[in-house]
Amino acid sequence: MTEDIKTNDSLWDEYNPSDYMRQAKSGLDEVLVRRISQEKEEPEWMLAHRLASLATFKKMPLPSWGPDLSRLNLDQITYYAKAMEGQAQDWDDVPADIKNTFDKLGIPKAEQEVLAGVGAQYESTVVYHSLKAEFKRQGVIFEDLDLALKKYPELVRPNFMKLMPASLHKFAALHGAVWSGGTFLYIPAGVKIKQPLQAYFRMNAKGMGQFEHTLIIIENGAEAHYIEGCSAPRYGVDSLHAGGVEIYVKEGARFRYSSVESWSKDAYNLNTKRAIVEKNAHMEWVGGNFGSNTTMLYPCSILQGDGASADHLGVAFANQGQTQDTGAKVIHLAKNTSSNIVMKSISKGGGRSIYRGLVEIGPQAENTAVSVKCDALILDEFSCSDTVPVMKINNASATVAHEASAGKINAEDLFYLRSRGLKEAEAAAMVVNGFIEPITKELPLEYSVEMNRMVELEMENSVG
Amino acid sequence: MNILEVKNLNVAAGDKNILYDISFSVTLGESVAIMGPNGSGKSTLANVLMGHPDYQILSGQIIFRGQDITFAKPEERAAAGLFLAFQEPREIAGLELFPFLFDAYKSLRLARGQEAGDIFSFKVKLDDELHDLQVKNDWSSRHLNQDFSGGEKKKAELLQLALAAPTLAIMDEIDSGLDVDALTIAGQAISRFKTPQTSILAVTHYQRVLQYIKPDRVIVMSGGRIVKNGGAELAAQLEQEGFSSLE
Repeated sequence: MTEDIKTNDSLWDEYNPSDYMRQAKSGLDEVLVRRISQEKEEPEWMLAHRLASLATFKKMPLPSWGPDLSRLNLDQITYYAKAMEGQAQDWDDVPADIKNTFDKLGIPKAEQEVLAGVGAQYESTVVYHSLKAEFKRQGVIFEDLDLALKKYPELVRPNFMKLMPASLHKFAALHGAVWSGGTFLYIPAGVKIKQPLQAYFRMNAKGMGQFEHTLIIIENGAEAHYIEGCSAPRYGVDSLHAGGVEIYVKEGARFRYSSVESWSKDAYNLNTKRAIVEKNAHMEWVGGNFGSNTTMLYPCSILQGDGASADHLGVAFANQGQTQDTGAKVIHLAKNTSSNIVMKSISKGGGRSIYRGLVEIGPQAENTAVSVKCDALILDEFSCSDTVPVMKINNASATVAHEASAGKINAEDLFYLRSRGLKEAEAAAMVVNGFIEPITKELPLEYSVEMNRMVELEMENSVG
Repeated sequence: MNILEVKNLNVAAGDKNILYDISFSVTLGESVAIMGPNGSGKSTLANVLMGHPDYQILSGQIIFRGQDITFAKPEERAAAGLFLAFQEPREIAGLELFPFLFDAYKSLRLARGQEAGDIFSFKVKLDDELHDLQVKNDWSSRHLNQDFSGGEKKKAELLQLALAAPTLAIMDEIDSGLDVDALTIAGQAISRFKTPQTSILAVTHYQRVLQYIKPDRVIVMSGGRIVKNGGAELAAQLEQEGFSSLE
């Protein structure tokens, strides 16, 4: 049942030749930013936005908190590279080597079976996009954002980088200057899609930077589920992923955004993801962070309408050489809003995982309820875990619960499982997978299986 | 033929000696009861035989089916055909019973040089066992021992015992936590397991489970030592007179 989902390091580490990189160059300047905009034949306002973001980027310092980013050499990153001209609507039109990569990752196969639509990005541009006809008929739009910018300016322009302005932080500014590709998803009022929509992001070449932008609008009473997967081969040279996600969940709508991230362990993953949630709407974030050398990711929900709610569920696995600085941010701005944060981290082989959370309750937000639960599993004495929860509560009617735990794998549990014939690493992986089960059970089967496999891979060799 | 031989075993936990000069054997097809008061070392011995990492073997040997397993890993002992039904089975949060049972089943079969077997034939086998234990089929989507009653945990141990198909089953207080009905079902499971090709080493306080195990011999422990060996009649005598008669 699970045999055809291949997710191991050696698979992710396979890479294709990248002749197109000869035309690309590393480093960032105005010439490059103008070139990106020109190649994409963008409207004038977008070029202006890029240049303004570039100016902001140059002025802004690196974040003064969080993991050490001083070793990230921004001059060595290739900010824009296009592996193919145009975009395929038919899988057969995708160049063979790129197709082969996605085939091995199980992308088109999953589309036929369980997905409502699929997008695939390779380096800086989207190479394939499709949406099942029944959803097209209902007015659903699922496109590459570069294309959507031209086809649906009335939907894109008023919403693009409004939730994550370039002034937010240095990497939001960088993103604003060099963003390329990504997803535009629009669900009209009342349309409910049960099958998930999926996008897969792949960095192939050495020293690449990927800056896809995902813009999602869920109209009143609509429902959908969108999933992202990401990976890149390992070169021993830093690569950078600074994606941006903006989600508008309108009145009474429900939306779930899931992501399983397995960037290579030489990638910096500095992401910005934000949602604004209106009256009686519900936003769910489900995330798994396994790869990268350093991750900084704190999906944010702004609960703007009365009765809005958000769930933030996340798993982070920090192995040797990795820092997973992840968490959640929820801003309660209206009455009767509620948020539920459940974060699970695993640290192994000297890895560091940090939960960093901010919950802010505005003075006008009456009767809010907040629940934060962080559990850390620390697998050996070299690894560590920190919890940095910040609560800013400006309304006394709030109900706030915070729970945190940290522990190791119970030796009696391991003995019990091993007595049933399981090797130590297998037994430990079972305990770890059980630990993250409250999160993985929320993912579609293929993704939860993939996450369990990733845990098994990380648990192989050297159990403490 | 002896399938288990324990020779002059001395065991410590940390800096404290807890088992002294334990020697006994079990032959193929035989059932042996280990009895004794609380704290006599019965459960410790069961755990030591399975390779619990908290205990250090200071001297002596454990030979199982001709193989020296004194320092073998628990999973190697399991592959060799040893099974321990735990007195207090662990609750593993989030670990669904079905995939766990199937993985354990495949691991054991592969380690024994057999084919792993496919998921469909495993499911048939599992459903048969669940039926025999009179539990619902949806049991297998629960998490391993989590929120199980005492009786359910013991049934789950017997289920795993049946699937593991060991040569020697060590049962540590298999009857504790069972009501009369559950004891009957457990007893039937034990009777099904008992063949001329399998052996049982049953650690117990009470005689009530022995009507199913029907021990050929009784070993009595006290203070970390074997203090008495006898036939089946010894169990009845102990029940009447209590363990204090041994001291």
